[in-house]
Amino acid sequence: MAKFASLVLILLGAPLALAASEPAATQPAATQPAAAGAEARAPVRWETWRAGNSVADNESLQRGARNFMNYCIGCHSLKYMRYQRMADDMQIPTAVLTANLVAPGSTNLDYITTSMPAEDAANWFGKTPPDLSLIARSRSVDYLYRFLKTFYSDPSSATLSDNLAYPTTAMPAVLSDLEGVKAAVYRQVKSSAAAGAPMENVFDHFETISPGNLTPDQFDGFVRDTVNFLDYVGDPAQVERRSIGLWVVLFLLLLSALALMLKKEYWKDVH
Amino acid sequence: MAPETAGKPGNRAASAAGLWGWINRRLPVEAFLRASAADYYAPKNFNVWYFFGSLALMVLVMQLVTGIFLTMFYKVGAATSFDSVEFIMREVPYGWLLRYLHSAGASAFFLVVYLHMYRALLYGSYKAPRELLWLFGMFIYLALMAEAFLGYVLPWGNMSFWAATVIVNLFGTIPVIGPGLVEWIRGDYGIADATLNRFFSLHVAAVPLVLLLLVALHLVALHEVGSNNPDGIEIYDKKDARGRPLDGIPFHPYYTVKDIFGVCAFLTLFAIVVFFVPTLGDLFMEKANFEPANPLSTPDPISPSWYFTPYYAILRAVPDQRIGALLMLLAVVSFFFLPWLDRSPVKSMRYRGWISKSFLGAFTISFLVLMYLGMQPAQEPYVTMARVFAIPYFAYFWLMPFYSRIDPVKPVPERVTFHG
Amino acid sequence: MTEAGAIADHQPPEIDESRRKFLTVATGATAGVGVVLAAVPFAASWAPSERAKALGAPVEVDLSKLQVGQMITPTWRLQPIYIVRRDPSMVDKLAQHDAQLKDPKSQNSVQPDYARNEMRARRADLLVLVGICTHLGCLPKQFFDAGDPVLGADWPGGFRCPCHGSRFDLAGRVFNGSPASTNLVVPPYTLRSQNTLVIGADDAAKQGAA
Repeated sequence: MAKFASLVLILLGAPLALAASEPAATQPAATQPAAAGAEARAPVRWETWRAGNSVADNESLQRGARNFMNYCIGCHSLKYMRYQRMADDMQIPTAVLTANLVAPGSTNLDYITTSMPAEDAANWFGKTPPDLSLIARSRSVDYLYRFLKTFYSDPSSATLSDNLAYPTTAMPAVLSDLEGVKAAVYRQVKSSAAAGAPMENVFDHFETISPGNLTPDQFDGFVRDTVNFLDYVGDPAQVERRSIGLWVVLFLLLLSALALMLKKEYWKDVH
Repeated sequence: MAPETAGKPGNRAASAAGLWGWINRRLPVEAFLRASAADYYAPKNFNVWYFFGSLALMVLVMQLVTGIFLTMFYKVGAATSFDSVEFIMREVPYGWLLRYLHSAGASAFFLVVYLHMYRALLYGSYKAPRELLWLFGMFIYLALMAEAFLGYVLPWGNMSFWAATVIVNLFGTIPVIGPGLVEWIRGDYGIADATLNRFFSLHVAAVPLVLLLLVALHLVALHEVGSNNPDGIEIYDKKDARGRPLDGIPFHPYYTVKDIFGVCAFLTLFAIVVFFVPTLGDLFMEKANFEPANPLSTPDPISPSWYFTPYYAILRAVPDQRIGALLMLLAVVSFFFLPWLDRSPVKSMRYRGWISKSFLGAFTISFLVLMYLGMQPAQEPYVTMARVFAIPYFAYFWLMPFYSRIDPVKPVPERVTFHG
Repeated sequence: MTEAGAIADHQPPEIDESRRKFLTVATGATAGVGVVLAAVPFAASWAPSERAKALGAPVEVDLSKLQVGQMITPTWRLQPIYIVRRDPSMVDKLAQHDAQLKDPKSQNSVQPDYARNEMRARRADLLVLVGICTHLGCLPKQFFDAGDPVLGADWPGGFRCPCHGSRFDLAGRVFNGSPASTNLVVPPYTLRSQNTLVIGADDAAKQGAA
């Protein structure tokens, strides 16, 4: 019977390892690109940046909610999320909620909607800014983190900016007053190893054109909090889910142990 | 007293006092339980592969219960389905748990059913006298595939929509009637509200009823022929003086306590998935399905749920639409013919020769590789690889009449054995 | 290992029956607890959803247009709320027919503590009731005129239920001889100002958190 136990252990191990690598799990933030002007830098590999957020961190969620209400709600709704539910989950007092976070014209019991009419938005941006209730689930927190951190100046674009994670995005660089304006610097690389292959531009690093109101570290925290908030909004029950799950698994382990002893006891008869 | 003492011979509980006796004189509850558990003898040498039948039954019950509760909150309709699923996830108390149990349960169902089927391949459980048992099982598998597909459409996410589009269009490859059939299935000129509504009805009523009937037939057939075992020996060939199989033990209590342990261990693993990694990466719930159905935007890449990807890889490997669909169909249907393709005098792989073992091994690897390939984008080298690995897949089935006859089998022992 | 007939009698001598029994009971009891716990989320899912709770939040009613002797019926939590501005003669009559009432002091009826008085109200001129008969849930109709021809000369004015004839006075108290046995329910309410009523909240400060 020992082999059942070892099978269980092996199978237990795999999902636990997966659980540990879930995006929501706390991870150290990726190393950030060195400050502009440093010599002989390695190319910035923004594709590997991780959000490293934690939905269990209420203070980060509260800051993220504030960031959303200040910078995003003008265009984006969270149509499946209620203000009051959000406040309850993040332990924001109702008075603070109604005073600081609830949009004009809404009450604390309303869903979080944007005041921008969809048709106007479609006219201004060419498409309606999407609802962000599920954006962290349909993309990923890492994608959102990379998206918000890779806007760069592009005078040829209608929005005067573009994005590495989502090229030709219709969204303007709305956080540039915080982050500053940066340019993308490319290097020439042969498109293939073959002789005479054409050269192509590959992103190398960002260069600051004008600084913003936040330091790079502060802006990084700003983006992480905002992404963390969107992670929470995508699956608001996730913290509760994990805390219940721990007890469920412990209970089932106990029950399995008892059932195994019972089975062994009866199987003493069988030779 | 005369009518009260009536009761057929063998119905021991009919003479019992009290309510239990009263019931049993009218309905043979105890006789039925006795015949199907305490007096039902199963081989004593079951190994870990024999957990998956009872687990499949348990998952079926779980899917029925969670499904019934989800139906209380789900609102079918192209305009309401997606919103109502989010309503369940966010506003129904413990709705998220009901939904994750059901969605992860679908994958768990396929996992245990695949392992259950593989057990039959390992030990020749489809061979005479268990052909009908195998066929009922295969029909359960087909019904399960239909059920899973229909259920996948209901959240009306973008993957739901495009899965429905692609699968329904497969029917369009049927000559002559195909295009008309597709329109009839959809009830509109594209996948639409009408399609969703009928899929809902099929998912919550029609297919579950068929599934339950088939499971009942599967169990009745099992209890008629008895379980096979890892040695592939018929335990009823060797009986004691009282007619009980020497290598059998009563299902109850021995296999009830063993299966209870199996259920507990399985539920522990299942709970880890449901509570900590309910989407299991992208395996149990795809990212694109968290976007509402959008007839103007196909998710890229698009691939079916993991349990369909081996067949999907075969479909894509063929550069002709009709032949691809036919080969995919054949990949599923081949299982049905196993009892008649297998000419080996031996059931269990334990006593088969290197030829059978090699073919099964190659099939196993190709099934898993095809499963992986079906999840990859439709480009090289995956398409060529799918073509290569489809060959051992089909060879396992359709060369079996030849290789199973010339396979150098080993002598089968008289009595069952325990392997460490 | 395959000793013939070893389990034919399933009763080798060394079986420890007490351990077997203990493990059976322990496993069974733990599994039973597990089944009950597993049933909790299923049962809980039937409770009002977050949406229903939000829709059931306190409602604000403007009383500035409510005339003396008139009634308005806003709804709160899917129930009609009867709001009557009683005139002084209506209020005076309330003290005169205690003997005809089943529960004149509202001892066995449902109301907030601040409405457990003769007026069944925070303010004598303002009656707030859940407009649902405590008998079987029909909506009582208003018969405010004393001596109403249908209800007889001694009728002091009040409500009568069309389903089974229960009669209530202008404080929602049930008369003897009615099938209903308790007074009409008074919902929690508060007055934010002279003419602003909040139904569903005992305390204006807590209005948001129902």
